[in-house]
Amino acid sequence: MKKLPIRNIDQGAIMKLNKILKNAFLITIACLALSACATQKQTGQMQGDVYTGTDTVEYLASGVPDRVFFATNESVLTTASRETLRKQAAWLRKNSKITIVLEGHADERGTREYNLALGERRANAAKDYLMTYGISSDRISVLSYGKERPVDSGSNPLAWSKNRRSVTVKAN
Amino acid sequence: MIRFLFVILFVILPLKAFALIEVDITRGNLNPLPIAVSPLSIDENSKKSFEKILKKKNIGSEISIVVENNLKTSGLFNPLDKDAFLQAPDIANLKPRFEDWNLIKAQALITGKVNFIDNKLRVEFRLWDVLAGKEMMALAFTTVPNNWRRVGHIITDKVYQRLTGEKGYFDTRIIYVAEEGPKTRRIKKLAIMDQDGENNKFLTLGNELVLTPRFNPTSQMVTYLSYFRNLPRVYLLDIETGMQEVVGDFPGMTFAPRFSPEGKKIIMSFAKDGNSDIYTMDLENRIVEKITNHPSIDTSPSYSPDGKFICFNSDRSGYQQIYIMKSDGSNVKRISFGKGLYGTPVWSPRGDLIAFTKLHKGKFYIGVMRTDGSGERLLTENFYQEAPSWSPNGRVLIFYRETKTDDKGEGFSAKLWSIDLTGYNERLVNTPTDASDPSWSSLLSN
Repeated sequence: MKKLPIRNIDQGAIMKLNKILKNAFLITIACLALSACATQKQTGQMQGDVYTGTDTVEYLASGVPDRVFFATNESVLTTASRETLRKQAAWLRKNSKITIVLEGHADERGTREYNLALGERRANAAKDYLMTYGISSDRISVLSYGKERPVDSGSNPLAWSKNRRSVTVKAN
Repeated sequence: MIRFLFVILFVILPLKAFALIEVDITRGNLNPLPIAVSPLSIDENSKKSFEKILKKKNIGSEISIVVENNLKTSGLFNPLDKDAFLQAPDIANLKPRFEDWNLIKAQALITGKVNFIDNKLRVEFRLWDVLAGKEMMALAFTTVPNNWRRVGHIITDKVYQRLTGEKGYFDTRIIYVAEEGPKTRRIKKLAIMDQDGENNKFLTLGNELVLTPRFNPTSQMVTYLSYFRNLPRVYLLDIETGMQEVVGDFPGMTFAPRFSPEGKKIIMSFAKDGNSDIYTMDLENRIVEKITNHPSIDTSPSYSPDGKFICFNSDRSGYQQIYIMKSDGSNVKRISFGKGLYGTPVWSPRGDLIAFTKLHKGKFYIGVMRTDGSGERLLTENFYQEAPSWSPNGRVLIFYRETKTDDKGEGFSAKLWSIDLTGYNERLVNTPTDASDPSWSSLLSN
């Protein structure tokens, strides 16, 4: 709770800098972001409450992350998630024999049954996006685990953000 | 498993209802009724016979302990210390010396007798009003010796009903999910136990994930969610025979099952393409009906006891809220309007209340509201708790609670708790392992 205001101020600062410096001083901004990471520990790996770190991420192939993350109660794909899924789609197009399971998950801060539905909705958000990039629905199945299979057993916002995810798993 | 025959030999009802003792159950009970549960008397021969069969030294005292624990757990009674009893069990059962029982401040007294007859267990008991000096009730049962605990539960049900005016809930069982192992790879099994935590049995081996078992209110069938072969589907399980079957033929995940009040239908959610809607399936003719049709998540359906309405959970307003509708899916109406998110609505067997889970400002609550959403009352607050299930008399809620893990992600536990409808008498329900998703059976005997 205490960390929220700090993060908001930093984001505000970053936005102002963006306005002033436009794209010319990307390095400066990156430095600011990095220092923010160092001082904020937990929240530095989250944007809003979406996980942006790489601790739990595995790779389907070199440079192809296996999972995307969601905000609390949301199934909207973030810009980063769409980028990840485009990489997955490209890899799937190259490896046309591979079929996948999209495993949708929720954090522990919701009732079991609703979370099962939410996990299904998240996995389908990923599925729909892969399909718009040319992956046939025949190659994709969806499996919701709700909150039954967290990757991080912590009871804190960072752990919860890692657990709100859709993971692409090779099925064959 | 439930093939017990209880023969009620004789029933002596009180001649007239005098100004006899009564337990006030309308408010939270801060002054539980002092009651003396005298050990049931037993002759030497019967004692030896039962010791051989049941490996219990004195089955008369054992049964009285079952009764005593039940009464204590209800929160409405205060069973008195047996060391203070002045009268021997056998004499008390013939004719209590009311002055003696009055002296230790007992207002009610239970006495009884146990016999071994034709390899059967015969139990008689009497309930006495100490202040009025009158017998209130007398009953006798004959059953197989192995049923001795159930005899204690049935006695409690009779006493509870006589003194509170409401049906009891002691001769019942709880089905739940037994949990073990680390939080990230939890092993879950279906388990069943008596309402007081005894006779625990595991019904599945833990090879696949199982969730949300619920009793059929009229039989010993259970419906639950199993991840058998990684296909999450609603199953039907007969706990007497162990027979299982998938409910319906859905091309995707089915979940959140419950029986209709007469036990003939299963109502559940079916998720497809990111959308969950509510369906029913008739167990006799296998006809499937779609009840809701909305792009939002519709789940956790629960019938009203008359079968005319369904309460359910939907995020069609943007967030999880509780709705009710007619059982054909028409007249959908939102009923939860308080601050926060609402889930797991479950209709009381009395029909007048809906129990729910609420999430507000990072805390989870178990609460009740009227069926129009008015009169919201929060019974208990915690880091995490959900999934209330009603006792068959609509008096007590059982639910599960999870603990927060520490900085290393350790210290997780899930336990069953019960709480009185009034918000008093919150209790941990003992289980051999961690536990979640409890469902209370109806009374096994009536």
